[in-house]
Amino acid sequence: MSSTFEQIANIIAETCDIPRDTIKPESHAIDDLGIDSLDFLDIAFAIDKAFGIKMPLEKWTQEVNDGKATTEQYFVLQNLADRIDELVAAKNAGTGSAS
Amino acid sequence: MQLETFQLIDRIVDLNLDARTIVVEADVPPDSHSVFAGHFPGYPIMPGVLLTEAMAQSSGWLILGLTKFERMPFLAMVKEAKMRGFVSPGSTLTIDAKIEHEGSGFTVTSAKVRVGKELKCNAELTFRHIPFPSPDLRVHMDAMAAKIGFPQQAMSNG
Repeated sequence: MSSTFEQIANIIAETCDIPRDTIKPESHAIDDLGIDSLDFLDIAFAIDKAFGIKMPLEKWTQEVNDGKATTEQYFVLQNLADRIDELVAAKNAGTGSAS
Repeated sequence: MQLETFQLIDRIVDLNLDARTIVVEADVPPDSHSVFAGHFPGYPIMPGVLLTEAMAQSSGWLILGLTKFERMPFLAMVKEAKMRGFVSPGSTLTIDAKIEHEGSGFTVTSAKVRVGKELKCNAELTFRHIPFPSPDLRVHMDAMAAKIGFPQQAMSNG
């Protein structure tokens, strides 16, 4: 079974037409890959469906805007994979998502 | 349909918040309407962009119902829009929309437009939605909801 990062990278490559081999765990979705907010909606839709979760994008955006988090915490792909793993674990534990 | 004010939906036929579906109707203007003067002379058909907008507005009413009119949806993406048949002046459109996915701050719907039993077009639509950005817009949407028969119980915040 492929890792969460690999699944995300495949989704981004397919959704945004970005060569798969340029997408690294340390890539920043916005700064390095140039993904804009509209494309990220498409990615969020695909990730939500693939993992059966609801990524709390509004909460994350608010945290960044309030200075409580950095974009790197959510948009560097390995970090995003870690956040997704946490959401999946919370869902499997029956505690729901953090949205 | 009031094309001059971009109000394409005339009636809510059914709103099912549990099933997350809506059915609406829209009456296409007669061939004397100016939109058909250019689209097309001697062969009037409803522009595909307006059919797409009708699907978007139908989906929008469904999202408004699901958010109890607390958030306003804005069209962000149209995928796989397929114009399957011509729509003539004077037709009555029946538009079905359903929720495909409710994300954080966005919703994906699918919608179909029929005339009679014939499927005329369909698409997948994505909306961003945000708390109402203007009190005037909320007042306007409330008035429009009443005009098209939006179920009052679905508008309550309580």
